[in-house]
Amino acid sequence: MTDAAPLGEDVRPRLARGVRMVESAAHGGRVLLAPERLFKPDPVAAAILELCDGRSLGEMIDALAARYTAPREKIAADVAALLRTLAEKRLMDLA
Amino acid sequence: MTTPSRGPDGIAGEPPVPLGLLAELTHRCPLGCPYCSNPLALDARAEELDTATWARVFREAAALGVLQLHLSGGEPAARRDLLEIVAAARAAGLYSNLITSAVGLDGKRLAGLAEAGLDHVQISVQDSDAAAADHVAHRPGAFARKAALARDTVALGLPLTINCVVHRGNIARIPEMVAMAAALGAGRVEIAHVQYHGWALANRAALMPRRDQVETAEQQVAALRERHRGGLVIEAVMPDYFSGVPKPCLGGWGRRSLNVTPTGLVLPCHAAQTLPGLAFWSVRDRPLAEIWRASPAFSAFRGTGWMREPCTSCPRRERDFGGCRCQAFALTGDARATDPACALSADHGRVAALAGVGADGPYRFRTHRGAGPGPAGEAERIPAPSCRASG
Ligand code: SF4
Ligand code: SF4
Repeated sequence: MTDAAPLGEDVRPRLARGVRMVESAAHGGRVLLAPERLFKPDPVAAAILELCDGRSLGEMIDALAARYTAPREKIAADVAALLRTLAEKRLMDLA
Repeated sequence: MTTPSRGPDGIAGEPPVPLGLLAELTHRCPLGCPYCSNPLALDARAEELDTATWARVFREAAALGVLQLHLSGGEPAARRDLLEIVAAARAAGLYSNLITSAVGLDGKRLAGLAEAGLDHVQISVQDSDAAAADHVAHRPGAFARKAALARDTVALGLPLTINCVVHRGNIARIPEMVAMAAALGAGRVEIAHVQYHGWALANRAALMPRRDQVETAEQQVAALRERHRGGLVIEAVMPDYFSGVPKPCLGGWGRRSLNVTPTGLVLPCHAAQTLPGLAFWSVRDRPLAEIWRASPAFSAFRGTGWMREPCTSCPRRERDFGGCRCQAFALTGDARATDPACALSADHGRVAALAGVGADGPYRFRTHRGAGPGPAGEAERIPAPSCRASG
C-alpha cells in the first residue's frame, strides 16, 4: 500500500465511505470527520477535498491551476501527496 | 493538515470547544456482561428523553462545536425511535456512530438507519470464541447475531469497528480477535481493557489479567499493527494498573466531550456520577451551551487549577490531566487526588497490589431488573465503556 507508483490523472479520488467534510463555525471552518478521528484541513487542503466529487485527478488539478498561480506540476505534486496521505489513513479512495 | 485547535483551557472564562457527545439513549440492554459500564441503578424507560428533546440536544451540541455523536446505551436499538434519532443527528450536521451489541437490530433496520444518514457502526464482540463470547454476554446466540450484523454493515457499505473488551478470561486471544475483526470486514478494531468501575470493580479479581499476560498482549498488539499496517486499524487500550502511566482522561475533563444520560443529565464523563458532591444539570431545564459553560460538574475538574502535587508541577499535566478522576476517587476516596495508576502517586502501591489480585473465578453477571444495590454497593455508578485515549 505504501509503494509510490505515480498517481494516474484518470483516478477519481473520493472521500472513503464514512468520511465526511462539514462546516463548523465553532471550529472556524471545515472539518474532516472519520470514525473516531477528525482533521482540520488548511484552506488549500479543503479546496482540494472539495473537488473530490467524482471528477478525475486531472480535472481536479486543472481546476486548481485555474485558481492558484503555482505551476501545474507543483500543484499536481501537492495534490498527489495530500491524496496519498489521506489514502494511507483510509480517509480517501483512489480508484 | 492538523488536528483541530482545542480552544482555551476554560480557566479564564471562555470554555473550550467540545468535539464529541455520547448520547446514552437508554439503559435497556438484552445482554449482561460482567464488566458492564452502565450504572448499577438504571434509568427507567418512562423517564427517558423523547425524540424531540434528543433532536434539540443534537442541534444545540452542533452549535456548540460538537462534531461526532456516539449513539450508545444500554442498547440503542431498544429505542423504537432510533431511526428518527439518527435522522435528527444527520439534520443537525453531526457525524453519527452507532454503538451496538447487535442484539435487537437486524440488517433491514440497519439499512433504514444507513438511509437516514448513519455514518458508522461499532459492534461489541465479547470474544473470538463463540461459546466464550456467549458466556460473557450471558446470552446464547449473541455471537452469531453480532457476526451477522457485522456482515450486514459491510454489505451496506458502512464503515465498521469491532470493539473487544479484554480481561483475564480472553486476553490470550487478542490475535484471534483481530483476525475475526479482519474477517468480518472491519476497518477498525478496538482492543480495550476493562475499566474497573461499577460491575467491573465488583468482578475485578475475576477480570484482572496477570502481568505476564499483559506483557504478552502488548507484544502481540505491536506485531499485529505491523502486519495490518495500511489496512485494519488496531486501537489498543491496556490496563493502566500495570504501566505506571495513567490514561489521559478523554482529552481533559470538560474539555472535549460530554455525555447525556437517558434521562437528560449532562455529565463530563460517563462515570462522573460515581463522584460525590457533583451537581449535574439536565437538558430538560437548560440549554446545552449553558450547561457546558457553567455547570458545577463541568467546572469541578476543568483545566489544571484543581490539581494537587505531584500533578501541579508535573510536565505531563496537560497531557493526562492527572489521570482518571473516577479511578482516583474509587481507589483513594479523594476525587482530587493524583490517579493512583500513576507511578508518582503516593497511593500507587495500592494499584500495584491490586494488579496482583487476579484469580480465576466465576463472574457476577450484571442484572437488569430491579435496579437495587449492586454487588459493589449503592454508591457505585456508571463507569466508562472505554475511555479511549484521545487523539
Ligand atoms: S503526576 Fe499527575 S500529571 Fe503527572 S503523570 Fe502522574 S497523574 Fe499525570
Ligand atoms: S472515567 Fe475517568 S478517564 Fe474516563 S472520562 Fe471519566 S474521569 Fe476521565
